[in-house]
Amino acid sequence: MTELALVTLNINGKSHALRVEPRLTLLDAIRDQCGLTGTHMGCEHGVCGACTVLFDGDPVRACLMFAVQAEGSLVRTVEGLAEGGELNPVQRAFIAHHGVQCGFCTPGFLMLATGILEKDPDIGEDELIEVLSSNLCRCTGYRGILAAVKAALAEMRGTKR
Amino acid sequence: MKPAPFTYHRPRTIDETVHLLAELAPLEGRVLAGGQSLVPIMAFRLARPAHLVDINAVAGLDGLSTRDGVLRIGARVRHAAFHRQVVDGPLGAMLAQVVRHIAHYPIRMRGTFCGSLAHADPAAEWGVVAATLDAELVAVGMRGERRLAAGDFFHGAMETALIPDELLTEARLPILPQGTRFGFSEFSRRAGDYAMAMALAVLRLEGGVIAAPRIGLGGAEAAPRRIEAAEAVLCGEAPGEAVFRAAAEAAAAAILPLEDPETDAQYRGELVEAMVYRALTQACAPGARA
Repeated sequence: MTELALVTLNINGKSHALRVEPRLTLLDAIRDQCGLTGTHMGCEHGVCGACTVLFDGDPVRACLMFAVQAEGSLVRTVEGLAEGGELNPVQRAFIAHHGVQCGFCTPGFLMLATGILEKDPDIGEDELIEVLSSNLCRCTGYRGILAAVKAALAEMRGTKR
Repeated sequence: MKPAPFTYHRPRTIDETVHLLAELAPLEGRVLAGGQSLVPIMAFRLARPAHLVDINAVAGLDGLSTRDGVLRIGARVRHAAFHRQVVDGPLGAMLAQVVRHIAHYPIRMRGTFCGSLAHADPAAEWGVVAATLDAELVAVGMRGERRLAAGDFFHGAMETALIPDELLTEARLPILPQGTRFGFSEFSRRAGDYAMAMALAVLRLEGGVIAAPRIGLGGAEAAPRRIEAAEAVLCGEAPGEAVFRAAAEAAAAAILPLEDPETDAQYRGELVEAMVYRALTQACAPGARA
């Protein structure tokens, strides 16, 4: 057991003051210490993407960071997507276009897609497919996910112009 | 799948980092940059560092600038910085093409250019770029600053010329003159997987013949490097299928191939041949950027 470190995580705008072992991943801190279990734990070595969160706006693997590294940064998880009880455009599109089957990968895909839409709303289809290949989904065959993200992109572009 | 315990250090300056490394490297201390290679191997307990020196808050390592014909890439510059052209002309275009082959988008958001070089996985794309372009690598340690040529930097799989108290602070790439052509080809079983072989070709066409060719290989041997035997075949020749084939065969013949249960020496050689051929075809294609 190493010495515990003090860290304050800002997740979805709320502060969580924690005492953690330095080896605690951001993923474990989000789930076990903050009780936000929407972020899923899959492979724990950066391959599956189920734990994708937004870290200062960037989609990252929460299993490949330590909680102590998140001091001073803004973390967003799937619990932070809906506003005032209303799902965000990506969430609505996943429902409309059948981007969800078993649901295990869904939080990771929602964060990946939300990150892309916010950072790069003019992304082309080939690039989008490459980005969506970052995360594993074993149910949908990706067609529904791709259709959902494209629809959410179109909606966001429409409301911008 | 939980990393073993370690003590965490978060220095703010290069000087502080180097002092920490001098003290902690002998006690199994390691640098944590993007963590996209180190943290997985810690999760598997293949690495059990007792101390991690996190450089993500160190001032002066986030620079990405051009000066005196050189692109300087600081130790905190992440792969994703190269999604857009960081410099006009062929170098920026090449980096923007190559970066798309590195793992996946969220990994590229955290992983760093210099971290990839220091980790020295034989299948790393930036290692091939550094070797092919004869990058200069800047290491800072207790005894001051050293500048290492890429050709002297990579010693083998996960082995470099860095000594334990040194931090790789910057990589310097020569800015390629307008008219420089390049091609990059990589083979892996799934997109984003580790490369089983990759080739980078950089050359100019002058008066209808190939000038100043550079052929770099990665994923094929324990360390990335230029293959002079293939370059010699190309120099002064008019581009065409036959000369590309000859250079590709020369490259395959020149390597000491990595072998693993799925990839024997012959298969690795054939992959190298195909990658060199494709990289050259891309570089010399009539529509290619020059």
